[in-house]
Amino acid sequence: MATGGTRGTRLLGGRIPYIDGPLKVTGQAEYTDDIRRPGMLVGRLLRSPWAHARILSVDTSAARALPGVAAVLTGEKYPTPFGVLPITHDETAIAIGKTRYVGDIVAAVAAVDERTAERALELIRVDVEPLPEYTDPRMGVEKVAEPIHARGLLGTNIQKEVVQHFGDVDAAFAQATHRVRVHGRFAGVTHAFTEPLVTIAEATADGRLTVYSATQVPHYLHRALSEVLGIPMHRIRVIKPEVGGGFGGKSDPLPHEIVCAALSIETGRPVKMLLDREDVFYTNHGRHPTDNEVRIATDAEGRILAYDIDALIDGGAWSSFGTVTTYYNGILAMGPYRIPNFRYHGRRVYTNKPPSGAMRAHGGTNLRYSIEVGLDEIAEATKLDPFDLRTRNALPPNSTTINDFRITSTSFLKCLAAARERSGWDSKFRKLPYGRGVGLGCGFYISGSNSPIHFKPVMPQSTVHLKVDMDGGIAVHSMQADIGQGSNTLLAAIVAEVLGVDLERVRVPRVDSDVSPIDIGSYSSRVTFMMGNAARRAAEDLRAQLLRAASHRTGHPVEQLEVAYERIQVRHRPDVGVTFMEALHAAMERAGALTATGAYSSPPMGGSFKGARAGTAPAYSFGAYVAEVAVDPETGLYRAEKMWAAFDCGRPLNRLAVEGQVEGSIHMALGQVMGESMNYRGARLLNPSLLEYKIPAPAQMPEIEVLLVGDDDPEGPFGAKEAGEGPLIAALPAMGNAIYDAVGVRCYELPITPDRIVRGIEDRRKEGRAWKGA
Amino acid sequence: MPSRAKGAAANGAEATSSSSLKITVNGLPIDRPCPPERILLDLLREDLDLTGTKRGCDLGTCGCCTVLVDGRPTLSCLTLARLVDRRSITTIEGVTPVHGLSTLQRAFVEHGATQCGFCTPGFLVTATALLEERPHPTRSEIIDAISGNLCRCTGYTKIIEAIEAAAREGR
Repeated sequence: MATGGTRGTRLLGGRIPYIDGPLKVTGQAEYTDDIRRPGMLVGRLLRSPWAHARILSVDTSAARALPGVAAVLTGEKYPTPFGVLPITHDETAIAIGKTRYVGDIVAAVAAVDERTAERALELIRVDVEPLPEYTDPRMGVEKVAEPIHARGLLGTNIQKEVVQHFGDVDAAFAQATHRVRVHGRFAGVTHAFTEPLVTIAEATADGRLTVYSATQVPHYLHRALSEVLGIPMHRIRVIKPEVGGGFGGKSDPLPHEIVCAALSIETGRPVKMLLDREDVFYTNHGRHPTDNEVRIATDAEGRILAYDIDALIDGGAWSSFGTVTTYYNGILAMGPYRIPNFRYHGRRVYTNKPPSGAMRAHGGTNLRYSIEVGLDEIAEATKLDPFDLRTRNALPPNSTTINDFRITSTSFLKCLAAARERSGWDSKFRKLPYGRGVGLGCGFYISGSNSPIHFKPVMPQSTVHLKVDMDGGIAVHSMQADIGQGSNTLLAAIVAEVLGVDLERVRVPRVDSDVSPIDIGSYSSRVTFMMGNAARRAAEDLRAQLLRAASHRTGHPVEQLEVAYERIQVRHRPDVGVTFMEALHAAMERAGALTATGAYSSPPMGGSFKGARAGTAPAYSFGAYVAEVAVDPETGLYRAEKMWAAFDCGRPLNRLAVEGQVEGSIHMALGQVMGESMNYRGARLLNPSLLEYKIPAPAQMPEIEVLLVGDDDPEGPFGAKEAGEGPLIAALPAMGNAIYDAVGVRCYELPITPDRIVRGIEDRRKEGRAWKGA
Repeated sequence: MPSRAKGAAANGAEATSSSSLKITVNGLPIDRPCPPERILLDLLREDLDLTGTKRGCDLGTCGCCTVLVDGRPTLSCLTLARLVDRRSITTIEGVTPVHGLSTLQRAFVEHGATQCGFCTPGFLVTATALLEERPHPTRSEIIDAISGNLCRCTGYTKIIEAIEAAAREGR
């Protein structure tokens, strides 16, 4: 058993079934909508049919008079703005003064049942004066007649503008042998988690408020509730039941959560606010519709000399994570290759559309697609194999990027080698018959944001508490949110591993702000690295207590003791020792019931320029994927036949879960490639349902071979890095480049629809440019 | 105003023109008044407290609400309760043994076929019906059978593996 080393461990590194599996396969796992509270009212939201309009009056008198209606709320009562980032609080719980998108909340009702609540909504009269609608970000980059928010830059709708320049990009381009320019266009996509958004709030006579919500970040919700409702955090209790998927879409504090709490305060009764699927689409916060232009310069041998990147990002009605999005759409270009000169201009612009926000592989996905397609073009121009081009440019381990990212471990070269070999690349690339092709795409992502943006005073990003029962059961308390990614299982396994106890002893109670130590939750792919380290340290704290007790019992100094399975014994003399239970009871004789704490802070990093902390992380993941596709040149229909996914997550601690993350990421990536798109006519969302917004079905999934080739990270828990978001990124450009290999059509726009492929094939034929003889 | 999905709009507690509904749910006979507009999903979740069946879309698109009606997978969010009068309903609670797990449930756990778990009950009752009808399905028969169920977490890979493993083991 390791005592802090990263090798020779017992449980970690294997395939650990999720500890909550039995509850989930029986339907016994409790999600928010499964909770019933006595006297619970039904909450409903009135949403705006106007994209941009001044609210002249909201007449709620008829709704209030309807029997069975307990409360009707409009915006004025809770004017305090909120938002996920402390620097961009631009939302209110209910619209005040004007509506900013079709779907904006203009009033809310609590009633005895659903039907009464719906009728009450119909009785609310809203008078408005229409305002100019801005549905395209290009309409908002200059001064506009009616800015969507007063905070837009200089009378425009620009929410955030980032300009960065490192090195000398113009000089690099001037001396370059090869230059490409990719203009990528990306439709908005959304998370499409299966569990709709839902909250229950219960204000009680002791002046306290309990809120159950489907959230990834209970702490951000806790803060927003406190700020907007004007109640101290210690009188609010936030509970996270099981959450049916998040992917970033449950990481902002959302207005319905605050409205639900307000309605409970108003009525003194529990209120449930369950959003229907259409409402979930209007709430959105999905991946931003984006136009980017990526220019790449290389020398004659394909060495990257410079990137010059511009991004125009459609933010929708609110800021959400948008400031981070704006940075990420440039700076996440800093890996997996060495970039000596870099310039970026990014703008995120408010539009009168549902807000965009953070979605799995936030900020790194659309940018990466354009880069990797551009590199494929460079490879073709330099007559280099795409693998050789990337190998030549790989970012070395223990290096610093030009914008001061600290790169520690990278197994990117091993990813490239594994994907190349396993896919049979050398016998397939440009060699498969017309209509079949292979493509390479690579990825790079943060393993937890280094910036704990909300923490004042400064404190560690993650804390874990352990509480030990008299019979040796161990409860792991933390505010990481298991939203299906298996983080409960991971923390339990880490604790069991360090203590040498059976996993069965360890349980992870649901997040409850009354007992869970503060943490900033599940986003930015931070849980394995940060919570994993905190859990490990908490377990080491507990182990130290047990070792001291065992030392008293055995008379051997602590330094001579080691942990074995359910036992503490003298090193090299396994017959001398005590059982885990004997050590525990000896420790309890002296200290009472045992508790332990562990915390994690990432080391100082990043430069000193404006925005330098964005994108800094204690580690980064890397990936190289090969897709093999079959394209029907007549119809443009295509399918992914196989995906080889080589990924560097450091040491995979739970292979079952890491594979699941990679497979699920590929599903989501293929959705964005093959058809997912938030479609608008003007400001109106045309497809707010899972019927019209189609995510891939079982028959559309390729065979997937997951290749986990990472070496141990020096700072990750037991050598691990993230595996939750990074695995998505490489899959998209691998598809785009494979379609090119199949039929010779470059796709710069996602989704890649069959008609675009057919048009590309026709253009080639008209121009007499044959591809693979066709 | 965005139009609302109307599937769940009939959730009123009114007992107007309620005539009696006689069904069997998970082997237990039930005889209770039921308004004509009552949706089967609401009957199960709200009236009978069988919350294992999930509400994902109210529009028949996600499959989370799948239950068995006389052994056939059925979208309970699109089914009026009165239409299943005198029929036998099996929910996820009904395919779960009193002690322990079914072979299929155990395979889902061992193969990591659950992530967030919200779609899991729908997949499990669907797969239970499949293996009842075809104890040794081919991979493409499995894919066909689950084509009405959406999962956003797993990419379906481990769900398919789990069903194959359960079929090998035999229920």
